[in-house]
Amino acid sequence: MPILRKPDPARRAAPMRLRGMLRKEARQIIRDPSSIAIAFVLPVLLLLLFGYGISLDAKHVPLGIVVESPSPEAAAFAGAFEQSAYLSPQRFGTIQEAELALITHRVDGIVWLRSDFEEKLLAGAEAPIGVIINGVDANTAHIIEGYVNGAWLSWLQHHAAAQGVEQTLPVQLQQRIWFNAELRSQNFLVPGLIAVIMTLIGALLTAMVVAREWERGTMEALMVTPVTAKEILLGKLLPYFMLGIGGLALSVGMAVWQFNVPLKGSLPILFISSSLFLIASLGMGLTISTVARNQFVAGQVAIIVTFLPAFMLSGFIFDINSMPRAIQIVTYLLPARYYVSILQTIFLAGNVWKVILLNSLALILFCAFFLGVARKRTVKRLD
Amino acid sequence: MWTHLKALIIKELLAVLKDKKSRLVLIAPPLIQLIVFGYAATYDLNHIRYAVLNEDRGAASRELLARFEHSETFDCIAQLDGDAQIAPEIDNKRVLLILRIPSDFSRKLALGQSASLQANVDGRNSNTAMLILNDVQSVVSSFNTSWMNEHGGGTLPARLAVRSWYNPNLVSRWFIVPGIVGLLTLLVTLLITALSVAREREAGTFDQLLVTPLHPSEILLGKALPAVIIGLMEATVIILIIVFWFKVPLLGSLLALYIGLLLFLLSSIGVGLMISSLAVTQQQGLLGAFLFFVPAIILSGFSTPIANMPALLQKLTLINPLRYFLVILRGVFLEGASVGLLWPQFWPMALIGVICMVMAGKLFRHRMA
Amino acid sequence: METPGENSVLDLRKVSKGFADVPALQDISLKVRAGSITGLIGPDGAGKTTLMRLIAGLLVPDSGGISVLGIDAVKSPLQVQHVMGYMPQRFGLYEDLTVQENLDLYADLQGLPDAERPTRYSALTKLTGLAPFTKRLAGKLSGGMKQKLGLACVLVRPPQLLLLDEPTVGVDPVSRRELWSIVSRLVHEENMTALLSTAYLDEAERCQEVILLHKGELLGQGAPAEFSRNLAGRSFQVTLPSLNKRTLQGRLARSPGVIDATIQRTGVRIVMKNGMQPDPAGFPEDIRIEAVPPRFEDSFISLLREKDGSPTLPGASPDRAETNHDDVITVDRIAKSFGSFHAVKNISFSVKAGEVFGLLGANGAGKSTTFRMLCGLLPPTDGQLKVAGLDLRHAPAKARARIGYMAQKFSLYGDLSVLENLRFFSSAYGLRGDAQRSQIDWAMQEFELKQYAKSRSKELPLGYKQRLALAAALMHRPKILFLDEPTSGVDPLARREFWHRIATLADEGVTVLVTTHFMEEAEYCDRLVIMAEGEILAGGTPDALRARVQSEKIPDPSMEDAFVELIKKHETGRNTDADSA
Repeated sequence: MPILRKPDPARRAAPMRLRGMLRKEARQIIRDPSSIAIAFVLPVLLLLLFGYGISLDAKHVPLGIVVESPSPEAAAFAGAFEQSAYLSPQRFGTIQEAELALITHRVDGIVWLRSDFEEKLLAGAEAPIGVIINGVDANTAHIIEGYVNGAWLSWLQHHAAAQGVEQTLPVQLQQRIWFNAELRSQNFLVPGLIAVIMTLIGALLTAMVVAREWERGTMEALMVTPVTAKEILLGKLLPYFMLGIGGLALSVGMAVWQFNVPLKGSLPILFISSSLFLIASLGMGLTISTVARNQFVAGQVAIIVTFLPAFMLSGFIFDINSMPRAIQIVTYLLPARYYVSILQTIFLAGNVWKVILLNSLALILFCAFFLGVARKRTVKRLD
Repeated sequence: MWTHLKALIIKELLAVLKDKKSRLVLIAPPLIQLIVFGYAATYDLNHIRYAVLNEDRGAASRELLARFEHSETFDCIAQLDGDAQIAPEIDNKRVLLILRIPSDFSRKLALGQSASLQANVDGRNSNTAMLILNDVQSVVSSFNTSWMNEHGGGTLPARLAVRSWYNPNLVSRWFIVPGIVGLLTLLVTLLITALSVAREREAGTFDQLLVTPLHPSEILLGKALPAVIIGLMEATVIILIIVFWFKVPLLGSLLALYIGLLLFLLSSIGVGLMISSLAVTQQQGLLGAFLFFVPAIILSGFSTPIANMPALLQKLTLINPLRYFLVILRGVFLEGASVGLLWPQFWPMALIGVICMVMAGKLFRHRMA
Repeated sequence: METPGENSVLDLRKVSKGFADVPALQDISLKVRAGSITGLIGPDGAGKTTLMRLIAGLLVPDSGGISVLGIDAVKSPLQVQHVMGYMPQRFGLYEDLTVQENLDLYADLQGLPDAERPTRYSALTKLTGLAPFTKRLAGKLSGGMKQKLGLACVLVRPPQLLLLDEPTVGVDPVSRRELWSIVSRLVHEENMTALLSTAYLDEAERCQEVILLHKGELLGQGAPAEFSRNLAGRSFQVTLPSLNKRTLQGRLARSPGVIDATIQRTGVRIVMKNGMQPDPAGFPEDIRIEAVPPRFEDSFISLLREKDGSPTLPGASPDRAETNHDDVITVDRIAKSFGSFHAVKNISFSVKAGEVFGLLGANGAGKSTTFRMLCGLLPPTDGQLKVAGLDLRHAPAKARARIGYMAQKFSLYGDLSVLENLRFFSSAYGLRGDAQRSQIDWAMQEFELKQYAKSRSKELPLGYKQRLALAAALMHRPKILFLDEPTSGVDPLARREFWHRIATLADEGVTVLVTTHFMEEAEYCDRLVIMAEGEILAGGTPDALRARVQSEKIPDPSMEDAFVELIKKHETGRNTDADSA
């Protein structure tokens, strides 16, 4: 036998090596304010910014009301708009003035009562009420249309009551909105936002730290020690997983207490499914960094392939059902899509097992895939 | 001066475009994003999956439901038998809407009384829920009108005649897609400028530049002009795709569009160079660019209207160049705005641009210390 | 199973390795004896690092076999990594961890049992002199200390084979001597075998055995003395007091039959072609030629010259240009502090026109800071400095056209081709039209860059990068040239060529300010100052500095001896100051 000093029994050496990797990583995290910042300051900042900055709830929509010939009926009609919490009406004397205001964006819509309004109304011949909406922002336009419609319906009731007749519409719509009765957009945006933030923490952080090891030459020094590729990966995964969970806890806390989003489902399930997503993003970050090997490229790639798609294609803000088929297929490739679905359900609907389990299964597949790729690409070879 | 600038511009363009990786980062992702986001970023609903629980046996309910079935917007995927089925269907996201018609529906209508239609909507996405309710309401309204005409329920005293300017069919893609010009131009110019000084610092070439007789303002301009060239080219390609691929109408004056684009480039490059002269490492540059980019998008009105934000944030948007450029883009594309109408957008961008450039120049010189 | 040679720890059999069809190593077969220090020597691009990485199991050879202590390094790299320690060229210390924490990490990774740690740690920190600094962050250590910490990390669990890839590159002479004594003690006491690569040829003489690599081929293996034995009778020391040493060296280098000429102490050392004798004809009367025993370096250079042929030396300038001897650079009590750290403390010196002036010092001595202040890249905290009568920080941009600057590491645009770089820098210095074209042609010709004109400069061999950097700094024919460690990491052949050029420039009247780690290069300077901890320890001509440390113990000190002695004196002086205080 050659003069071979027997290596330590693997049983004892492996946990020691892992301990070394973990301890090193933990110390580096504590020393390096930037990873703490990414994990804790970034979520707070983003949540505040997104939580307050992104809102689809149009309130106090400036609406021009043109009454060409003042009359009690017209005043009553305009009054119905003034009572709406969502509209802030401004009076204009002529349609020209109102249109100018629309062109210069001082109002978003116009309600136009022509001079013959009262006459036709009293004659019982459906008096036309002109409504012009700036359609550039189609979504807001839809919403304004809904508000105007509502104000009109309530005026109809009042008008009939004032006439002493009961105005009955053949079919009346009874709305029953599930999970988010007051239709606050924050209630669905904030949980979705958590997904976007977790993508950032997971992928950006790990992509940068592994690339940093390549750049500084520490990776080569690690590779010639008996440490195995698996231990290198675990040494990266575990500390940043803990950091990510910390960020998650912070985000969930802010969602509940700062933004008053109801949390109907159970917290443990939220954390379990979040862990799956976090592992998938960490795996993605590791994969990116093993390919890129320098912080600059790794950072760029991480932002381009993780943040923007999570923002646009996860269903966080734009409904996936409205997208063309081909794009919908693309969204199946994003872990964030499944996580957004889980988050919105756990927060607003509760423990709906079918949704949670199916989406979690998809996340598990992503974990396996990305960890597998990262494991395969992390070879202790330089060529 | 011109010899210096020309040399700097050529050098900068070569440095950015010669490396395959950085060329790819500048060209491929923006175009892919344009196509993907152009299709994905829409609030318009089509094919709303819904289920029906019809407890009424009369003809009136069938007539009402037929209107939903014939609508392009709605997709019926299930008929339910009992109340117990409602919750699981919505919980599991099988449907977004369940229409429930009570057993006395037809009878009440026949008697001239008000019958009710219950719409159960999944409120998880509040925006979608609101739009669904609007769509249901419009189907119901048109049903009401024709029912009253046919069955002599009298007429309504007044009716709404709604018209939308600029975007008659209210296609939300028309709103989002022109905004992508601003989004991607900002992304590209930030990536080029925010990292460029830090990259030279790390490579040591910055010292080499500083010991040459080049004036700091020449170095600054030498960094800014290539970014303007690349930004102009990239934006032009994107505008062409928007007009010819996405068929978004371009009604206004190209002059106004390009004045806006130039001013926007000036301001975003100014911000980029400011980040650049502050950053010591490329990582800091990247982080800085990111920390500017994300809020700049959120607070620009790109995806959600500025008017919906709290007052404080609305004030904050005033220092965001993208905010102004988005108004110009949408104005020129959809509203046919002219140069005169867009003055209120031009000057703030020019002001931001000049201030940032001057600051960058100052920091530049300061950093040489 | 093939039994490994009696005492051979390392056995390479016909190993070849290429990268993307470019062969890096061809058919290398060699054995390394147990318990020896073996040096791996070769110019830049010889394949030294590739060989190290192959042995460490980080690369897989295209063909051939490698066994380390009888273990097949290709098949079971992990097992090899258990018995081996490897310190890469740029050892990856975690700069945000303390010395102790770095040691802990490597102890964990190497599987050193907890019980054995205290004794091992104390032995290593004592050996490396790191004991007082265990709580300091690795990033805050000086370059030499970092290198010693890297070594300690590799040694934390005593390896049987120690691979060191250029451990002394960029390290000052004092730290280099310390590193060497650590390695030799370990090999001696712990029965280790060390294989180390180096660019310093004087270090080769300290090895028991030397392996010579050139362009991926094995040129030879044996004791250093065996190599130099072939050279017996071909090395001479030439002195000519009436002539400037640099001029003498230049003329000798161009004389027929001379393979190598370097400035050595008071004269010039030459190596002759086989069978040729130095010819004093054509030199002044007072020339003295003495035969001297050959060194390893002589044989290395002559072996490479046989391989590659003689270099085309840059043309000699006809005569020394007449220059007035006014001070071109004056430094008057300048100081620089970063926060509470005083990088440069009140130093003064001046440089005359046409002088080659050297700034020597250990890592962190304040050389680079001084340098950057002179170029106007850093403002001094205190004091005054003038370059060509102006402070470059406040002088108009045009004033900078008088200086040329070559930074410590290659700092041209890596993605731009050689031609594009030259075009850019010549335009930056305001050249245009015909003047620009002719300057670029001159540079291409003079620095033999034509073959690489279209190559990206980051892909050039190191020696060519350095030529390009010098060419770019000379495009505008500056009167003053700043060179910050221009030859760091460059192999001996390229260094010789580089100094030929500098000597020629100096002859043309260009003032040169240069920093360097290579003490033999200091001999090329007319005058120099030695810096330590931000202060100037000594200044003067090389002869004067050497004379200052002459003693019975060192009757004929080299420049390196002078440097080490002066630093030692400074340190003991400081310690006694501290004691008395």
